[in-house]
Amino acid sequence: MSLNTNQLLKKQKKTILELWMKNQLADEGLREDLISNDELRSQSEELIEALVGNLSSQNVNDLNSDEWSPVIEILGGIAITRARQGFSPRETGNFVFSLKEALLEVLKREITDPQELFKEVLKISRILDNLTVVTFETFIKGREEVILRQTDEIAEISTPVIRVWDGILALPIIGTLDSARTQIVMENLLQEIVDTGSSIAILDISGVPAVDSLVAQHLIKTVSATRLMGAECIISGIRPEIAQTVVHLGIDLSNIITKSTLASALAYAFRVMRLEVKKAAATTNTIR
Amino acid sequence: MILSLSKDTVTVAQEQDVVFLKNRVKEVAVRIKMGLVNQTRLITAASELVRNMMRYANGGKCLIEVVSSGRNNGVRLTFSDSGPGIPDITAAMRDGFSTGKSLGLGLPGTKRLVNEFDIKSKVGEGTIVTIIKWANG
Ligand SMILES: Nc1ncnc2c1ncn2[C@@H]1O[C@H](COP(=O)(O)OP(=O)(O)O)[C@@H](O)[C@H]1O
Ligand SMILES: [Mg+2]
Repeated sequence: MSLNTNQLLKKQKKTILELWMKNQLADEGLREDLISNDELRSQSEELIEALVGNLSSQNVNDLNSDEWSPVIEILGGIAITRARQGFSPRETGNFVFSLKEALLEVLKREITDPQELFKEVLKISRILDNLTVVTFETFIKGREEVILRQTDEIAEISTPVIRVWDGILALPIIGTLDSARTQIVMENLLQEIVDTGSSIAILDISGVPAVDSLVAQHLIKTVSATRLMGAECIISGIRPEIAQTVVHLGIDLSNIITKSTLASALAYAFRVMRLEVKKAAATTNTIR
Repeated sequence: MILSLSKDTVTVAQEQDVVFLKNRVKEVAVRIKMGLVNQTRLITAASELVRNMMRYANGGKCLIEVVSSGRNNGVRLTFSDSGPGIPDITAAMRDGFSTGKSLGLGLPGTKRLVNEFDIKSKVGEGTIVTIIKWANG
């Protein structure tokens, strides 16, 4: 930025803010549901303050330089917050685009020499374009954080331990059983065995798409841990194609009680616990 | 002669990519009407190789191809990484051999699950594993 433009923009800070606010408020896509006008104004003011203060920088092209870090920090903070609040990329981008328009408008008003105007517009554009890229990068990072958090939550909620009978627990596993998930499954299961004093746990893997050697190792580990707690662990829901694959892989599950369905695992558990499930004799007062 | 009918590359860098890759492989297998048993074998093999890539080589990439040979269609997967490489492939291919305290069945098991298996590795450069599973094989 030439010294003149630099001072000009400093002097016109207020005008820039007003123009920018006008642009933002005029935008049909303004998310008044997500952000109050006051908040928007203070965010905008903070950014202009940092930006205009920085325009004297020679490093117009290199936003990685230290001088730019205050601006990037503020903008990044805004982008991350917006990502978390559920703003769309377009809405977030418009925040910076409308600032660019405000800045260009002020330059147009103040610089009369066309050649000079062009030069300065080019510089401002370059800076603002770079800032837009930063905004999107940070925005995406914010969205990724949201996704990661949800992944953790899903792992947490998708491993319920069910008391199917007094002394019998069932644990349906759905999806891939990775190391992190196994840890959660094992902890929940062992805790529940202690809490309920159960003697049999059924691990149902009908919802697991594939059993590779890692999943198998996790299953074996879980069974061993259950046994150490003095309970027996049955694995159910082994589909025929999974059984074949496991054999080909060379995995030895012969030390583990396996059943093809949850129902047959439950029947087995009943037998072990010497429980009998019988059809009740027909009584005369049954409603027909 | 084996012809490649379609190509798709998936980069594997983090845990989430593993599931994504397995889903892509499944899609391709379903598209060429591979039966359920073969599908499961292929996906399990892919799972072994992608886990090795993540664990021992910090990630890499997988080329997914639909290939055809005569009247048979199949899926070819090429896993390549620029990890440390495998110093002794014969040992690594043995059942139970593991430097990672796991079952040591990934490579030998994968070989049993697929129709064609090829492994190339150079210490300090990386590892390339190629497998083919035919739809009716
Ligand atoms: N992509 C790879 N890069 C480097 N080393 C590998 C790679 N894949 C496998 N290995 C080596 O080969 C060994 C055997 O692999 P595998 O049969 O899958 O068993 P496991 O993963 O249980 O150790 C591994 O322990 C590791 O030392
Ligand atoms: Mg392995």
